[in-house]
Amino acid sequence: MRISLFITCYNDTLFPATGKAVVSLLERLGHTVEFPLEQTCCGQMHFNTGYRREAYPLAKRFLSIFQDAEVVCIPSSSCVAMIRDCYPALACENNDEKMAQEVDSLLPRIFEFTELLTDHLKLEDVGAYFPHRVTYHASCHGLRSLHLGDKPLRLLKNVREISLIELQDADRCCGFGGTFAVKNAEVSAAMLDDKVRALLDTRAEVCTACDNSCLMHIQGMLHRQHATVRAMHIAEILAAGTDR
Amino acid sequence: MTLVTLDPRKAKPFPKAAAELLRDTQLRKNVAHATDVIQRKRAAVVAEKEDWQALRSAGAEIRKEALRHLDTYLEQFEQQFIQAGGHVHWAEDAVEAQRIVLGILREAQATEIIKIKSMTTAEIELNQSLESNGIRIYETDLAELILQLGAEQPSHIIAPALHKNRQQVRELFSREMHLPDLTDEPAALTEAARLYLREKFLKVKAAVCGANFLIAETGSICIVESEGNGRMCLTLPDTLIAIAGIEKVIPHFSDLEVLLQTLPRSATGERMNPYNSVWTGVTPGDGPQNLHVVLLDNGRSHVLADEISRQTLQCIRCAACLNTCPVFRQTGGHAYGSVYSGPIGAILTPQLYRLEHALSLPYASSLCGACYEVCPVKINIPEVLVYLRSRVVDRNRGKLASVFNQERIGMKMMARIFLSPQRFEAAQRMARVLEKPLVGKDGWIHWLPGLGGQWTVARDLEAFPAQTFREWWQSRPKAKGGRQ
Amino acid sequence: MSREVVLNRVRSALSGSNHEPIAPISGYRLTGILTDEQRVQLFESRLDDYGARVFHSSRQNLRENIATTLLEGKKLRMVHPAGVPESWLDDRIFWAADSQSAGDGLPYTQIEGFDGVLTGATAAVAESGSIVLQHSLTEGRRALTLLPDYHLCILYEHQIVETLPECFGRLKGSATRPTTFISGPSATADIEMTRIKGVHGPRFLDVLLFGSVVPLTSMP
Repeated sequence: MRISLFITCYNDTLFPATGKAVVSLLERLGHTVEFPLEQTCCGQMHFNTGYRREAYPLAKRFLSIFQDAEVVCIPSSSCVAMIRDCYPALACENNDEKMAQEVDSLLPRIFEFTELLTDHLKLEDVGAYFPHRVTYHASCHGLRSLHLGDKPLRLLKNVREISLIELQDADRCCGFGGTFAVKNAEVSAAMLDDKVRALLDTRAEVCTACDNSCLMHIQGMLHRQHATVRAMHIAEILAAGTDR
Repeated sequence: MTLVTLDPRKAKPFPKAAAELLRDTQLRKNVAHATDVIQRKRAAVVAEKEDWQALRSAGAEIRKEALRHLDTYLEQFEQQFIQAGGHVHWAEDAVEAQRIVLGILREAQATEIIKIKSMTTAEIELNQSLESNGIRIYETDLAELILQLGAEQPSHIIAPALHKNRQQVRELFSREMHLPDLTDEPAALTEAARLYLREKFLKVKAAVCGANFLIAETGSICIVESEGNGRMCLTLPDTLIAIAGIEKVIPHFSDLEVLLQTLPRSATGERMNPYNSVWTGVTPGDGPQNLHVVLLDNGRSHVLADEISRQTLQCIRCAACLNTCPVFRQTGGHAYGSVYSGPIGAILTPQLYRLEHALSLPYASSLCGACYEVCPVKINIPEVLVYLRSRVVDRNRGKLASVFNQERIGMKMMARIFLSPQRFEAAQRMARVLEKPLVGKDGWIHWLPGLGGQWTVARDLEAFPAQTFREWWQSRPKAKGGRQ
Repeated sequence: MSREVVLNRVRSALSGSNHEPIAPISGYRLTGILTDEQRVQLFESRLDDYGARVFHSSRQNLRENIATTLLEGKKLRMVHPAGVPESWLDDRIFWAADSQSAGDGLPYTQIEGFDGVLTGATAAVAESGSIVLQHSLTEGRRALTLLPDYHLCILYEHQIVETLPECFGRLKGSATRPTTFISGPSATADIEMTRIKGVHGPRFLDVLLFGSVVPLTSMP
C-alpha cells in the first residue's frame, strides 16, 4: 500500500524521531511511504486561536496536496480532529462547495497513526519489542474527537516485554490546549502538575501518547523537575524492536 | 476571602483572576474534592442507563425544538398561564425585570421575601435592587444562606458554596446565628439552618423563585430541588413571583420524562433529586393565589440570532460541565467573573453581556471536550468556544492597537510561513539559529522572551533537533523518496 | 410594550434560519420490562437507598397496619387530607382533617404541630424510587405533605410503574394539577458535597404498600 505521511508542522520541526519511527514501522510492514514535500500545516493552531480567516487557505492547501493519496497517515490526533471536525465547517462558512467536496472525498482516507494500524491495516501486533515500564496518557482529541478508545492500548499490550501501568485519571487533560499553554500559563501549569504527579506515581520509565503536543508539555515539566521519566510518542515504541 | 466581582463589566480577565485564585490552596482542595465526588456519583448513575445516549439526543432535540419556534411556545405558555389564573410580565432587560418585581411586591404590600436560589435573579442583580428599595430578602437554599451570611458570591451553578469547607461554615453559622456551641458536623450545620429558616417560611408572605422549565403546552412551571426550601417558597406564601429566561420554555409536559432523567443525574449524580414541583397557575385552597411570572430577555434574543452559538441557550443548568472541566477544577468559579462560570459560563457570558466585557473567557479552556461529553443536551461547547474566539479576533482586526499585538503579529507571520514550503523550511532553519543563545548546556531552553516566556514559567523546552523530519527524508535514497 | 419588543426580537432572530427538519424524539426507553413483583422490589430497594421505610399490607389489614406503624413510631397525633377513607383511621391515633377548600384549611403553625401526615398518592416510579402526588382529596394540599416532619404514604402496588415515561403517560390526563415528585427525604450536599438528609420538608418517610402482588408479610 502507498501511505502518504502528513507529519504535521510541529512533528516535522520538533519531533522528527516520531516521523522516522512511523516510516520505519510502515516500511517494515511492507508498505511504501510517500512524503509530499509541499506540506506544512493543517491550520489547527490558527483555527483554534480564532484566526479562522488564516486557517482557510491552509486547509485548502492541505486538501489539494493530499487529494490523490491512497491513504493518509497522521501521527497527531489533534490534527486529524481538525480535519474531520473543522474542515467541513470551514468549507460551509466560506460557501466553498469545491472544498466541501474535497473534504468529503478525502476524509475516509485520513487516519490517525494508531487508527491506521488497527482499523485500516487490521493489526494489533506490529512485532515491537520494548522492555520498559510504560504508562499511557489519553490525549483529549484522540479520546473525545476521534474516539480512539482502547486502540492505542491494544497495540501497546502486544509489545513484547513491555510493562504497561495504568495512569490514574489518564483521560484528564494535561493542560496543553495549544495556545492555552501560554495564554493561561498558570492554569495550564497547574493542570500539568496534577498530570505529572499521577505520572510519577506510576513509577513508569516512559510516558506515551498519540500526540507529541501533550508529550512536549509533559516532558517540559518533567525536565524542569529533573525527573528521569521519558515522554515518547507511541510510534517510537511500536517501531522499536528491530534490534533485539 | 477576597471580594470578588461577578460582573463581567468589572471583572478581571480570566488569566489574571485565575492566577490569583490558584494561590488559594484551600479553595483548590475544596473544588477538586467536591467535583471529584459529584463526578463519581454522576458516572455511577449514568452507567445504569443503557439509553443514556438516546436520552441526551432526545434532550438536545427537545431544547432545539423549543428554540426553533421560541416565539410560538412563549405565546402558548403565556396564554395557558393566564388562563390558569396567573399574571405574565415581559422584561426586555435586567432593569425592567427589577422594576416589575418591585412593582408586584409593592402592590402586594410585601416588605420582605423568601427566595429560592435562582441563577437568573443573580444575573439581573435582583437582590441588590430590592434591598436598595427597602425589601428584606431571606435566601433559603443552604448554600445561598451560607453566601448571604458571609456576604460572598457563588462559585458554582449547582453548589454555589462549593468553595467553603465545613469549618468555614461552622464559623459563619456560629457567629451569625448566635450558636457558640455549634459543631462542624454537616448534620449539625444543616439542623441549624433548618431551624433558622423554618421561622421565615411560616411568616413571610411573598416569595421569589426562578424556574427550571416553563411548559408551553400546559402553562406550567417546573422547579427541581433537593432541600425542600423550594416547596416551602412555592406553597406557603400568598404571592409568588417566578423569574425565568425566555429560553427556559419546553414544548410539552411529557418532555419532562426525558429531562427529569438527565438533569438530576447530571447535576447531583442522583437518579432523581428529592423534590420536583410542577404546577399550573392558581389552585384555590392550595398555594399562592397571587401568581406572577416574569419572562426575561436580557440578551437571550441576541444569542438566539447567531446560528452557530444559539445552542448555548439549550442549557438546562445542570453544571455537569463545571464538574468535569479540568480548568474549573483548578480555579473554581470566581475566576470567570460572572454568575455563569465554567464551560457554559465561558460561552454564555460573552454572548449575554456583550463580547467586549468577556474577551478572555472563550480562551479559558484547553478545548479538551470533556464538557461536551457530559452535556445532557449536547451543547458542543468547544465548537462555540472556538467560534467565539474568532469573533474576538475579528473584532480586533483593523484596530491600531492590534498592529502591535504580539500574538497577532506571530499568527500573521506563521500563516505566511505555512503557505509556502520554502518559507517553512527557511523558518525552521532560522529558528535553529536564533534559539542557540537560549539553549543551555543540557540542550534545553529554560527561559524564553515575550509570549514564549509564558511557556518557560513552569516548563523547559527542548532545543530544536539538529535535523528536521523533512531534511532527514530528503537525505534518504531516491528509491525511498529522498533526493540522494 | 415590552411583550412586543421581546417577541419581535425573537422572531427576527429566528427568521432566515435554515431549520433542519425535526428529528424524531425517541430511541430512549419508554416501557418497563420488569414483572409486577420485580417492579415492587425495585421500588422498595430504591426507597431503602434513601432511608425511607417500606411496609407491606393486605387491603383488609390496612387500618391495623397503619395504626401499628404509627404507634411503634410514637406518631400519635396525625393530620390527614379530608378525603382520606375513614377506614384507614384507627381510634388509637388522634386524627385531624385538613380541608382543601379555600380559606378552610388548618393554619400552618397548627399543621406543623402534628407528629406526621397520612396520605395516599397518585403514582410511583420504581426506577427512581419516586412517589407522585397530585394533591387530590386523598393527597391533600401541598402544604400538608410539606410541613410535618413525618409522612406516611399509602400506596397501592398497581400505582407503581417502572419508568418515568410510563409515569408521564399516566399523568397526561391530569397534567395541569399541582404535581409533586418525592424521591426520598430532602437532602443537601452543599457542605463539602457530603449528603445530609433532612433540611426542609418531612425528614422521615414511610410507605405502606398494599395490593395483590406480594402476600401479607408480618409487620416488623
